[in-house]
Amino acid sequence: MTIASLLAKKGPKVVTVQPEQTIRQALALLAEHNIGALVVVDPESRPIGILSERDVVRAAVRDEAVFTKTVSALMTRDVILGLPQDDLESVGRTMTDKRIRHLPVVDQRRLVGIISIGDVVKAQRDLYRGEVENLQMELTEEHGRPTAR
Amino acid sequence: MTRPGTEAQPLRVAIVGAGPAGFYATDQLFRTPGLVVEVDMYDRVPTPYGLVRAGVAPDHQKIKAVTAAFDKVAANPAFRFFGGVELGRHLSVDDLRAHYHMVLYTTGAQTDRRMGIPGEDLQRSHAATEFVAWYNGHPDYRDLTFDLSQERAAVVGVGNVAADVARILSRTPEELAATDIADYALEALSASRIREVYVLGRRGPAQAAFTNPEVRELGELAGADVSAQPEEVEPDELTRQVLERAPDRATQKKIEIIKEYARRTPTGKPRRLVMRFLVSPVELRDDGTGAVGGMRLVKNRLYATATGTLQPKATDQVEDLPVGLVFRSVGYRGVPVPGVPFNDDWGVILNAKGRVLDPQTKHPLVGQYTAGWIKRGPTGVIGTNKPDAAETVAGMIEDLARDIHLRPADPSPAAVERLIRERQPQYLSYQDWLRLDEIETRRGRETGKPRVKFTRVKDMLAALGRA
Repeated sequence: MTIASLLAKKGPKVVTVQPEQTIRQALALLAEHNIGALVVVDPESRPIGILSERDVVRAAVRDEAVFTKTVSALMTRDVILGLPQDDLESVGRTMTDKRIRHLPVVDQRRLVGIISIGDVVKAQRDLYRGEVENLQMELTEEHGRPTAR
Repeated sequence: MTRPGTEAQPLRVAIVGAGPAGFYATDQLFRTPGLVVEVDMYDRVPTPYGLVRAGVAPDHQKIKAVTAAFDKVAANPAFRFFGGVELGRHLSVDDLRAHYHMVLYTTGAQTDRRMGIPGEDLQRSHAATEFVAWYNGHPDYRDLTFDLSQERAAVVGVGNVAADVARILSRTPEELAATDIADYALEALSASRIREVYVLGRRGPAQAAFTNPEVRELGELAGADVSAQPEEVEPDELTRQVLERAPDRATQKKIEIIKEYARRTPTGKPRRLVMRFLVSPVELRDDGTGAVGGMRLVKNRLYATATGTLQPKATDQVEDLPVGLVFRSVGYRGVPVPGVPFNDDWGVILNAKGRVLDPQTKHPLVGQYTAGWIKRGPTGVIGTNKPDAAETVAGMIEDLARDIHLRPADPSPAAVERLIRERQPQYLSYQDWLRLDEIETRRGRETGKPRVKFTRVKDMLAALGRA
């Protein structure tokens, strides 16, 4: 299973921010959309960084004036980008190993979506649930009686 | 007007597509505490069950047992089925909006992805899905023909559908005769002259999508010796690293099974099933008559993407495979539903967690939902549609609680039934289907099969005394 199927039911909306916007503006976006990270994009919509709530929290501890700083001052530049054809399994492993919570996904360098570790975990859980459901059906058939739920 | 969902005004839901996603969603709606709901389910074909009837392989009867659960759902008096009624032909989205509070699209992934290589449109090059629909007796595909006089066939892809196609091509007539394969397909396959079936994967065994039971079955065929090439099944360095870092029993088992195939020597069975890995077709060759006369393959090696996914990269090594029949099984795509926003990037209805979105505003459209493959793309097994449908139904219930739903001019069950009788008088009800089911299984008992399917709509109508 590829991560394209996670993006397929997320709609086309990726909340992005420009590097020169302020942290106050970025926080407003995070709050408005109830999300944990923003993809920072250049004028061609290509991702150049990611700004997570944790980046802001860390900076706020050190500096009261965090709200007026720019996104580019706080964003993480070294971003791992996913591709729609990437396998769910390896994406899950990489996100867990590297402690990444949000993965921007690009196609021909164009941002096409973002998936969170929560999306990955839910997709994996649904896959397992589906397999259990199938096995239960087959057992029901073999023994001619309903299985326990 | 009172909020729908009560005895006074039941929530009226139309579900378009009678496959697993539609039935799981119906079940979920019926199980919602305190909700009074009526479901009308539509399907383009007269019979229910979607791919369980027309997709699941005829020699995989066990998995078809899920239909018993669907029948139980359909036995609810608040459920009606309108088989043979097509959206965009007999009914429009506006018709549905005029009669229901909510509409749920569960139309599946009805077309295949193309390989995008020269020669793909030659004769004897087919979509695996068409072959599957043909041998399963789908009325729209029953008149297709496949040239089984060829001696060598290739199945491109290593998912479960590819495994199904390879297996059905390799089965003996005796094995097939005990299944509910369409009678004309049994006849054609019994006369098949195919001697070699190649199954082609772009990546290695560790990355192949087919599941272990499917792989194991390929090694247990009565009439075909399975084989693989040792150098293609041995995990490469990158795969070994992944398996060392994150040992996964199922994958290791899959590699073991396939490595064992590579060690086998032919036992003289009439057919050979050859599994190939790390190869991609780059061209189908014309035999001079406009039909497939061969296939050029390029050998691949794997590389890791930023997230650690191992993907194939073509080398400069090529090979010619002398096949005369090709089935591509490299993925599926949804087909747009007339009047419903479509997301062309992913081949699904434009949606967020099952809520259909307005293409301009990207906000949910009132009262329109989707579930199953047309929502998330073609992934997972039949059971995966259960949690998927549950997610969508949760959204429907949430919206209902916020009084977000369509305001149909006439939500009465009688009004829409009148409309359908006018537009498609030949529709089948669930009662009609249960009668057909009984006839099909009776015909099967007489010949030692699970059932003998009706494959023409006119035969179905005749059997019901309506022709």
